[in-house]
Amino acid sequence: MSLLGFCQWLGSTHGSIALHESIWAYPIIESVHVLTLCLFLGLTVMLDLRLLGVTMMRTPASEVFQRLMPWTIVGFAVMVATGALLFFAIPVKTYLNIFFRLKVAFLVLAGVNVGVFQRTVSRSMDRWDNDPVPPFRARLAAGISLVLWAGIVIAGRMIAYNWFDKNS
Amino acid sequence: MSVLSFFTWCENTWLGDAIRDSRWLFPAIESVHLLGLAVIGGAVLVMNLRLLGFGIARQPAAQLWRDTRPWLVGSLTVMLISGMLLFTSEATKLYYHGAFWVKMISLLLAMLYTFTVMRKVALAAPGDVRPLWGRAAALISMLLWSTVGVCGRWIGFS
Repeated sequence: MSLLGFCQWLGSTHGSIALHESIWAYPIIESVHVLTLCLFLGLTVMLDLRLLGVTMMRTPASEVFQRLMPWTIVGFAVMVATGALLFFAIPVKTYLNIFFRLKVAFLVLAGVNVGVFQRTVSRSMDRWDNDPVPPFRARLAAGISLVLWAGIVIAGRMIAYNWFDKNS
Repeated sequence: MSVLSFFTWCENTWLGDAIRDSRWLFPAIESVHLLGLAVIGGAVLVMNLRLLGFGIARQPAAQLWRDTRPWLVGSLTVMLISGMLLFTSEATKLYYHGAFWVKMISLLLAMLYTFTVMRKVALAAPGDVRPLWGRAAALISMLLWSTVGVCGRWIGFS
């Protein structure tokens, strides 16, 4: 089955139709998705700013990460769950939307960025914990993260518009 | 001049017209508003989590207040400017929207509260504010800012 075929099947399921036509469930899920931005992205931005060396420089980087990263993981889980439900409610139109595809591509890149950071410069954090200027690799990861997440937010907002859809 | 006629005047300025007539200006400004939301959320949460006892713990609250304040003030400025631009494009509609008024009142309260009570609690010498009061202060802050956010989202559903 093609991806489009899968989306068509998904959109024909009972749950998808019910969610799409719901008066309260859809807007509530969408609101949770948007407002969890504060928890997930807000704290991710603060972590990135710490890696860039522009905030909380009197707090060791490792402490900022130990104390705040669990919250970003909780926020990310809520983002993925609500995002999946939003996709489930309108699968075909979303799949064909250029901004949705851009968002997914940016998300994959952001994931790769986190993976690289965790496997490289993050491992030696105890050695640069209190450095006034964190290592270049850490600042680079933070900069890439900020740019990608800004792109993800903007693309996410634009999914509401079908300017460039094939069948619009 | 009544409030309604002021809102209508705002909407009919060249700025309101330009944003309303453009296909991409409104979503572009809204995206900036959303990016500001993330930063203000982060700055508020770092401070509140600290006071609630779930965040950065070894650092004095006063230090975290000083660290996060520029980001709070900066993102708040971005939010206010982008919010006013969005407002200009649909002021009359907002006049009749209950969520808009609840948002404006809670925003005013949240700003007043943050730069008076929260500031005082955060900058108090260690031991001067009981942890319980610190937690209560943080909870009220979360409640006020959440109301602003939820109402803001609700303005979009009409």
